[in-house]
Amino acid sequence: MKTIEEIKAAIEAAVPGAGVEVVPNASPSGQHSLRLEPSHAFEVAKFLRDDAELALDFLSNATGVDWPDKEVTEKVKVKRLVTKTVDGVEQSAEETVEESRKRVEPGCLEVVYHLFSMAKKHGPVVLRMKTVNRTDNVELPSLTPVWRSAELQEREIFDLFGIVFTGHPDLRRLLMWDAFKDHPMRRDYVDPDDYEYEPTAHEQVLARAAAHTAGEQIAGASAGAIPGGGQEGIGGK
Amino acid sequence: MEEGLKIELGKQGVFVTTIEELYNWGRRSSIWPMQFGLACCAIEMIATTMARYDLARFGAEVFRPSPRQADLMIISGTVTKKMAPQVVRLYNQMAEPKYVIAMGACAISGGPFKQGYNVLKGIDRYIPVDVHIPGCPPRPEALIQAFMTLQKKIDGQNLTGEGRPRHLDAEAQGEFPVPVQGEHDLEPSSNRLVWPLPMKTGIRD
Repeated sequence: MKTIEEIKAAIEAAVPGAGVEVVPNASPSGQHSLRLEPSHAFEVAKFLRDDAELALDFLSNATGVDWPDKEVTEKVKVKRLVTKTVDGVEQSAEETVEESRKRVEPGCLEVVYHLFSMAKKHGPVVLRMKTVNRTDNVELPSLTPVWRSAELQEREIFDLFGIVFTGHPDLRRLLMWDAFKDHPMRRDYVDPDDYEYEPTAHEQVLARAAAHTAGEQIAGASAGAIPGGGQEGIGGK
Repeated sequence: MEEGLKIELGKQGVFVTTIEELYNWGRRSSIWPMQFGLACCAIEMIATTMARYDLARFGAEVFRPSPRQADLMIISGTVTKKMAPQVVRLYNQMAEPKYVIAMGACAISGGPFKQGYNVLKGIDRYIPVDVHIPGCPPRPEALIQAFMTLQKKIDGQNLTGEGRPRHLDAEAQGEFPVPVQGEHDLEPSSNRLVWPLPMKTGIRD
């Protein structure tokens, strides 16, 4: 099979202005991937499937990745005008000062496709696409018209990550119900408060239990007596 | 009637019984389960009905595909929050007297998926469960044990007075509210009439 650089060159020759970028993978597997520009992704996908040498006719896996907003602290050297009084005379001089600045790197949602060739018995070629942000601009082109096997997987990504695939023939929630509003696989997803006692109490469970009991006490105070409530359990002190 | 006297009369060829005994004997010997499975426990349930374990010995081999003809609901597997309203609705559609066996870790508590967002933490949050079977999945022997436990329970039910079965109590609740699939979770997250608050959390201060 062609190397990732050769594939990139082939794509750029076939689809002018495709804007393909190699994402290197430093691990021993060396499974580098290609990041596609969403605006050209559809043509690129068609080329990858129809090209006689690549013939990537099988999409085995599509998955999502959530990159949350990240706060980055970095040290920046800043030149500053400093006014000093030397021997009664005011002088202004430039000084280089190190300053640590915090900035929020905006997050995004990413989708990853793994392609194989059944005809040529090679693969995988990994494609990636990123959305602009995580909130209101989460549209990506659907590759279902190119590889039919993406249909259910893209629906699942839409359901669990909230990426909207334009051009998908039937974009509905797959696993959760239609009225459900959240996207459970996102990093900032908040679980519903339906905690109950668990004997395997590790840190996360204890935190959820504490949050639940706090909520329960507030609800109990306003709702009044609940039949059968307030059982004393084994798990107590 | 005294048990000893009954045996003595039986030796003389006189058989005595009560309506209650006869009625319960009839009920417990023909529990027809509903034919529906939810997850891997259903495979064990199917194995239980086949020749090796032979649930027919207990009069329970007739799995009915309609809730209207079924007496017993075997919750055999994970109840997801997407499926839970349908399970409660099927239970409501069953005619009295009706019983529930919660089979396996998932059906009784959510099991390995307890900390997930999508799995109901036990079907007893919405409908009353008669027998719980632990196990992941429980072996067919465990299901048979649950059947026998249920039969004992039916046998012990009085037809009148306190503790009579629900179908003989005009005031007992026969229909259970079906939870609504809300924006974040099922609403309500449990039916407090059948599922009291669980035991206090295991936090040690």
